[in-house]
Amino acid sequence: MNAGGAGALFTATRFTRKKLLTQRIAAGVFALMAILILIPLLLILGHLVSRAWPALSWGLIADLPRDGMRAGGLWPAVVGTLYLVVFSRLISTPIGVLAGIYLNEFARDNWFTRIVNLAVVNLAGVPSIVHALFGVGAFVLFAGLGKSILAASLTLAIMTLPVLIASTKEALASVPQAFREACWNVGASKWQTIWTIVLPNSVSGILTGVILEVCRAAGETAPIMFTGVVFYRSGGGTGLFLYGPLDQCMALSYHLRTISTQVPHVPESLLYGTAVVLVGFVFVFNSAAIALRVYMRSRKKW
Amino acid sequence: MTGGKGGRSGGRRHGGTRALIRDLAERGIVVLIHLSGVSAIIFVFGIFFFIFREGWPFLRDSFDVRGFFLSDEWVPNSKTNPRYGILALVVGTGSVTFIAMLLAVPFGLGTAVFISEFCGRKPKELLKILIEMLAAIPSVVWGFIGLMVINPLIIRWTGAPIGLNALNAGIVVGLMSVPIIVSIAEDALRAVPDTYREAAEALGATRWQVVYKVIVPAAKSGLLAAALLGVGRAVGETMAVLMCTGHSVNVPFSGEFPFFHALESVRTLTATIAAELGESPRIAAGPDGIFPPEARHYQVLFVLGMVLFAITFAINIVADLIVKGVRKR
Amino acid sequence: MVGGDVPAPSGIEIRGLTVSYGRKQVLRDLALSIPRNEIFGIIGPANSGKTTLLKCINRTIEITAGASWRGTIEIEGQDIRRVRSVHDLRRRIGMVFPLPVGLPISIYDNVAYAPRRAGIRRRAELDEIVERSLRQAALWDEVKDRLKTLGTKLSGGQQQRLTIARALSHSPEILCLDEFSIAIDPVTTMRIEDVLLQLRANMTIILVTNLVQQARRLASRTAFINAGELIEEGDTEAMFSDHPAKPMTYDYIHGIFG
Repeated sequence: MNAGGAGALFTATRFTRKKLLTQRIAAGVFALMAILILIPLLLILGHLVSRAWPALSWGLIADLPRDGMRAGGLWPAVVGTLYLVVFSRLISTPIGVLAGIYLNEFARDNWFTRIVNLAVVNLAGVPSIVHALFGVGAFVLFAGLGKSILAASLTLAIMTLPVLIASTKEALASVPQAFREACWNVGASKWQTIWTIVLPNSVSGILTGVILEVCRAAGETAPIMFTGVVFYRSGGGTGLFLYGPLDQCMALSYHLRTISTQVPHVPESLLYGTAVVLVGFVFVFNSAAIALRVYMRSRKKW
Repeated sequence: MTGGKGGRSGGRRHGGTRALIRDLAERGIVVLIHLSGVSAIIFVFGIFFFIFREGWPFLRDSFDVRGFFLSDEWVPNSKTNPRYGILALVVGTGSVTFIAMLLAVPFGLGTAVFISEFCGRKPKELLKILIEMLAAIPSVVWGFIGLMVINPLIIRWTGAPIGLNALNAGIVVGLMSVPIIVSIAEDALRAVPDTYREAAEALGATRWQVVYKVIVPAAKSGLLAAALLGVGRAVGETMAVLMCTGHSVNVPFSGEFPFFHALESVRTLTATIAAELGESPRIAAGPDGIFPPEARHYQVLFVLGMVLFAITFAINIVADLIVKGVRKR
Repeated sequence: MVGGDVPAPSGIEIRGLTVSYGRKQVLRDLALSIPRNEIFGIIGPANSGKTTLLKCINRTIEITAGASWRGTIEIEGQDIRRVRSVHDLRRRIGMVFPLPVGLPISIYDNVAYAPRRAGIRRRAELDEIVERSLRQAALWDEVKDRLKTLGTKLSGGQQQRLTIARALSHSPEILCLDEFSIAIDPVTTMRIEDVLLQLRANMTIILVTNLVQQARRLASRTAFINAGELIEEGDTEAMFSDHPAKPMTYDYIHGIFG
């Protein structure tokens, strides 16, 4: 590179210029890839909202459906989705958090722990329709629950377990080991330490996992399709108390699928409107999870 | 000096029974924790067990192995000659996955490289948030998009009579798989120690050279694992393919150009189960324990579930071995 | 300070202590007799097993991954393996490590942590314990108006004194300090050394240090441990004289190795 004279040391030669150009091109290509993936997302969302516009109103969520689902609102489906989300969270969160505590605080570094971790990863990879088959075989049939909200919630709970376990593990692992040792040295037991210091400082991470899986529970269709959700079901009660735990229910995700593929002559705005309500619900919770993460980072206690 | 009692005798001073209860409760919780820890193993076994339980009579009663795996005739509803060949279904799954990966792997890895190596901090946050939003879209909404948006686009661009085919599903599933590939690939890239980057830059390499000569090779296994997990995602996707593939049992390959007919309608393993489970009745065995032939449709769907379970299980184990192989180094 | 029971300080007997991490032996057949109401110094180069010895005394060696130990340790004649609850044992021993650790809770809660775990709930009692411990650790005057501050927000020297306050909050009979002055300034170190001299009237203090002059200042008896073995043990002045029992002791103290 020393083409003679001190000046040549610091001016760019053709070689370096070419290298820099290659770099700019490469960086540009990768940036383009990232953008190309995200543009369809924004375009699609815009398209959904624009086509749904005529139908978007509070009535869409709060009214009962009319005319064989071709008009009116989505209230029973909204309530059904709410029930499924709440029940499945109630079942899945304790198990997931305790399992995360086991993996981070109690498990030793041996082959058994490796198998447990492998099982968690595999559980995460099971296709949703296979979860549906499991739900049918285990809860609907074997446990005798029949097609019911309870069976569907149990199926959803098991499906969403892995993310919860992973979030809990990560949240617990971010608490410095020095804190635990300080507690053990003053005579606190392992559980006392976890309950008083480790868990309280992991709550936001765990909550993030719970919220993320709220999105998933609301959006999944296959696992609930055969375990307790139907297209049309008039609820027994009114308002929020439309269903009992052993009833079948309607759900937004399944509703969308059916009116877009099985029901003729549904006005386009209602179809798109249903999609927007579902996506809106999911995005609200997703944003809550992201906001929580940002808030966490700003309130560091150590 | 006070406090001596509290310090030394511990629980003894403050009620032996209260300490005893506390002790017992704590032991109980620790047991619960251990039980929950192994719950993942229990559930994985449980899933396989209950599916097996519903499907195994199909395997027991005159199971034609060659016909099952090698025949492309899937006609379970026929009263006179029901056939259970899953070849077309497997090829259907393969076609959709192939197209999806053609889209998702380059774009996913490229985006991951961009986020990890070339991006400033602010844009990085924004990009990651957008990718998470992409991941949050429910599969049924993706199916809806494929049905209402991509369907007419395909008809317009390629002149095909219908837009519900392998290509449609491939595009949709590809978009769906991008987030998981980006996430795992980005983790793999981030795990490459900064010392590698610093050493390469000290030798005069540009950022791009550092990336393709040093970092990507170092993160190779993690990137491969990311792609594999993307494949697993694509294989297992149900609702989107159910709504976008067009549903005919068809092997989209033939001797004439272009050999792979992506514009033809196909059917995947996942969609088959979802579409037919509602219509196939569960019929109990007769008093002699033998199932009537009408029961076999229901049972074979569970067998399909076992096949799917085995495929995704294998993918996960391979991905895990690849990642662990790195750590041994 | 309110009068009341003064805990009878204890003597510690160690016999045949052998500790291994996996296949590596860290302490070999150690035997020590630590008398009560004194400051007992332990000196030696890095990795000689000094910290491991402390971990055996309060049995936290048992929650250290890969460690196993043999031998007998008796406190006031009671075998520490045979106590009813290992947590009670740990409450009888105060432990201070080189790096200060403030728990991410208020200063008050930091010092009240151990008594609360032991079952003390009454506010008045806790207040008393917190004030006493902070005074003993020479920290009270600096923090008495901001007891609600997070423990992690204190300076290094303050956090180390907070750690000492925490160690004293459960009124231990034995106080173990492991190179406590590494991360703090000389002035704070001096203040804590004064505190230790006062505390020994009521407890046994084991002072592990790599600052040999600190042992000379504070300890009445000292042990020199090297590479897992006890080289010499006895009166501090004798060890620091020109003719200690073992030549290696002289070499170490005068900086010829280690």
